Amino acid sequence: MALMTTLARMEAMRSGRALPTATVRHRHLADRPLALVPLTTAGEAGAPLGALVGTDRDAPRLLVVPQPRDRDLRFAFLAALAEEMLPHFAAGADEVEWEERKETDPETGKRVTVQVELCADAPQLLVPSGPGIDFVRLLGRSMRFRRAAEHEPEDLAGAREGPLPASGPGAAEPGGGPREADVPRAAPARVPLLGRWLTHYGERARVPGSSLLLALTDLLGQHWATGQSRLEDQHLGALLAWIDPPAGLAGPEAALRAETARDDRGQLLCPPAGPATDPAFDNRLLAPAMARYDAARTRGVPADVAAAEREVRELVASQLRPTWEALWRGVDLLRALPPGSRVADRWKRDRWSYTGHRDRVRAGEPPQPKWDDAVTAARKLAARETAQAQLDAQEALDDPLVMAARRLSGEAFAGEVTEVVMAYSQAKVPRPRPLVTVRTDDRPLLDEGVKVYRALPDGRTQRAEFVTYEAYETGEAGGAHGSDPAAGGDVAPLVVLRLTGGMGRGKEPEPGSVPEEGDRVCWTLFEHAPRGGPELPDPEQTPWTHGGPPLRAEPGAPLAEPAAPLAGAGTTLAGAGATASGDATASADTPGAILAARPAAVAADTARDADAGATALVGAPGAPPFDPAYQPDPVTDEDFL
Amino acid sequence: MSDADAAAPARLADPAGPADPADPFDADSVGRADPAGRAGFDPGAAAAAATAAILRDTMAGAERGVVVDSPPGAGKSTLVVRAARELAAAGRPLMVVAQTNAQVDDLVIRLAEAEPELPIGRLHSSDATAYDPALNALPAVRTSAKVGDLAGLDVVISTAAKWAHTKNVEPWQHAIVDEAYQMRSDALLAVAGLFERALFVGDPGQLDPFSVVGAEQWSGLSYDPSASAVTTLLAHNPNLPQHRLPVSWRLPASAAPLVSAAFYPYTPFRSGTEHGDRRLSFGVASDGSGVDRVLDAAAEAGWGLLELPARHTPRTDPEAVRAVALVVRRLLDRGGAATSERSPDPVPLTAARIAVGTAHRDQAAAVRAALTDLGVSGVVVDTANRLQGREFDVTVVLHPLSGRPDATAFHLETGRLCVLASRHRHACVVVCRAGVPELLDDHPSTEPVRLGVSMKFPDGWEANHAVLAHLNEHRVRWRP
Repeated sequence: MALMTTLARMEAMRSGRALPTATVRHRHLADRPLALVPLTTAGEAGAPLGALVGTDRDAPRLLVVPQPRDRDLRFAFLAALAEEMLPHFAAGADEVEWEERKETDPETGKRVTVQVELCADAPQLLVPSGPGIDFVRLLGRSMRFRRAAEHEPEDLAGAREGPLPASGPGAAEPGGGPREADVPRAAPARVPLLGRWLTHYGERARVPGSSLLLALTDLLGQHWATGQSRLEDQHLGALLAWIDPPAGLAGPEAALRAETARDDRGQLLCPPAGPATDPAFDNRLLAPAMARYDAARTRGVPADVAAAEREVRELVASQLRPTWEALWRGVDLLRALPPGSRVADRWKRDRWSYTGHRDRVRAGEPPQPKWDDAVTAARKLAARETAQAQLDAQEALDDPLVMAARRLSGEAFAGEVTEVVMAYSQAKVPRPRPLVTVRTDDRPLLDEGVKVYRALPDGRTQRAEFVTYEAYETGEAGGAHGSDPAAGGDVAPLVVLRLTGGMGRGKEPEPGSVPEEGDRVCWTLFEHAPRGGPELPDPEQTPWTHGGPPLRAEPGAPLAEPAAPLAGAGTTLAGAGATASGDATASADTPGAILAARPAAVAADTARDADAGATALVGAPGAPPFDPAYQPDPVTDEDFL
Repeated sequence: MSDADAAAPARLADPAGPADPADPFDADSVGRADPAGRAGFDPGAAAAAATAAILRDTMAGAERGVVVDSPPGAGKSTLVVRAARELAAAGRPLMVVAQTNAQVDDLVIRLAEAEPELPIGRLHSSDATAYDPALNALPAVRTSAKVGDLAGLDVVISTAAKWAHTKNVEPWQHAIVDEAYQMRSDALLAVAGLFERALFVGDPGQLDPFSVVGAEQWSGLSYDPSASAVTTLLAHNPNLPQHRLPVSWRLPASAAPLVSAAFYPYTPFRSGTEHGDRRLSFGVASDGSGVDRVLDAAAEAGWGLLELPARHTPRTDPEAVRAVALVVRRLLDRGGAATSERSPDPVPLTAARIAVGTAHRDQAAAVRAALTDLGVSGVVVDTANRLQGREFDVTVVLHPLSGRPDATAFHLETGRLCVLASRHRHACVVVCRAGVPELLDDHPSTEPVRLGVSMKFPDGWEANHAVLAHLNEHRVRWRP
């Protein structure tokens, strides 16, 4: 943790109230975000219990699975979730702007400028906490490989219409039944389609600085420092209690109350933000209500079933609604902050991401694979590392408080220009290399030749390099500690820099590009727009060190020829193919091996899925021929969904 | 770079004929040998045999790759130079991939020293100070930022980052990848298309590569881009021959057993020198202070622990930083002299032969400032990451866990301690607050176990305990 954050937390502890750690909002907040508060069943990570979802804080839609162990009810839940969320994901798809982009012409190989669509806005999804983002990913992964609706047995659709109640707290409208029948069952059907969107948003959320999918605890924790640990900040109620305590309470008391206060039935006043539920709720309230629901179903009296279901719905709603309110309270607090000046730039990248996924869906591409291939994984990692470096720089440039933290850790320094000496380089055509002396009280970690950067008013970046320190005595104390800046408190160093750029192309610097005596300047030791890494080979060119090219699904290709795609790929690969066909089960121990082993193992895979009952529909008559992208993983949580 | 490597050629220069398959010193059998039983062990012969086997597999093996594990100071650079010369002599175009520009320049200079006539290309970035200007003085070395300018040269050397930008060239027949354990899997992915076959050389005990963003989603995948290049390589090519250099020429007989046992428990190595081959002595007698006593302990035993009273401190613990600086000051003031197998006469211990190692950059900056305060200059002060691959006579280490209230994965990382504890030829002095064993006991490793990821042994927790237990035998308590 940065020293500055530690100090802020101690201050917060002393004052009993969270301290702002940002003067601007560093993430995009949409005007109409889609909020999702999910709950999951205790002991079954992949079994949703219920959710509040919607863009209207006063009228969320309540979705509840009255018996999460009933797979049909879970499917019904997912279908209703898709019905609620998909219109939102589709909303931004058609309003586009045109952007110019350089592309390599596939025929001529030349770089040409092309016009491409960029969605004018992208839908934003908010969840209360970090585990909520994980749950979005889990839902995405469990849904995107589902078969299109035409393969669902009819009785399932019938069953779905039945038990969904028409009333209940927070229910904005009667269950999904009637509307559902009107929706044409085209592929990709809604559930796998939502799975692809959730997967895309979950994956995008891993990119530093992205705002398509955000967790309120992360957002609030970034903009405020509380007097508790980062771990405790994961509790949305406690976090809000520190930032905005109810009248008459100090932060610590309010946070403690949020975490532990219970009513006379032993229930938390502020239920956890999910997706996990409070065990006291599970044991004392939910389990008995579910038992009554099961009993009613066994008896088969529709009125009893409806009543029992209503009871479960009300219980689940009681756990969801406080979190729903807290989420929007957090949104209010964040909206009070003005957005940072570079937030829109980053949001534009989110819009590109959204547009790209829209295009892939429209082009009929298959769902995202279960695992990235070697090249995709490396590309993602490189892109995220670049995004992280850019984000760190942008947040500091956007926000003096963030910059202060960087200055405190020696990564930047601010001060007043005390002297500018014009100088020129030794080259044939001498270039301006003025020496600028800056007086600073900061303690940057400078060594000879270290490059430093400064934002110019026009948005460009000026480069310079550190030359030397000169002692500058602020007080009466003598220079007993020598000229080293870190040595003692009685010497403020003068930092001498040589400007190396940002002065235009001429022999003389452009006006205003060289700071003048008396100017306040802030230099950073980090780059402002760090470059990305090198281009990686195409996946088809994956080298032997990384297992060679991945095997791609080829629709209609015969299944029994695992070696075919490997032809000409070298001896090592042929060897791998042999291994795959030899012992598919054994090589399935590592995911990489599974990729290679897949064609040979198709039969085994399909058989195992049928056994596990994981996706009973896969083997249904009329299912399309083998497509690796649709094959489920080795049994995981989601397989029991 | 490392002087140990420079000392090694004489021993490695034996004719490298095809080794006997039953050679008792081939890479596999050395691992099973009892590292303590030195009777009949000829380090020079063992190293030569290992080198011969490596070169045999490199020059004539059936597999596309060869992996060589090298403990600290085991002559890795010498091996790289040797292999490069043999490949060049065999007429196989060779590219060499190193990780940093300093490593590349160092390799170029070593190679040019070993064979001044060998045409070498130094591919570099377009920065103004892209490479060591000393390279300009080497007649057979050509430097360029464009790989096309270096076409046809026997050996072309560059960093992995620069190689990754090389496109549209005929692949090289052979590559040598240096410091392969510090190279990330994705960096290898970017350059592996440039060569047909490769020799991968590195030290598995040093710091693992890392990523500033989370990469958990790929953990367990054989090609996890944040893993080390060797991990990925071996996951996909399990049949590649793996060799090990069995002798550390750098570490003294007092250090090799500890470093071997603590950091390489399943692949032990030995020192190339015996107890008594190296000696550290002082011209000025001890003044009885804690600092002088710990120096005497280190001169005697090769290790010294200067223990400050237990206390939770900021990272740049002023007392500990000052103690580190004082130890260096006294080392110089007392006229230290080092005797080793290199020369019969004692060599004065100068500032250039001393290094200070820390865990964090701000700690290094604080130590530098404290040294300036004491009028000391010329001593290398740096973090473990930047001391990798370097060698000194005496090192002074600020213990990564000193004064900390917690033991995070960063501070427990095995490689960090291994680097800090294996840079010296004569002695290592560790400065630390008391209470680290208790701190370790309070913070057992909590890293999640991930499916498909092979566990790394020993973990930092255990290695830290092992090192501390040994250091405690050479402990001097001191209250500043």
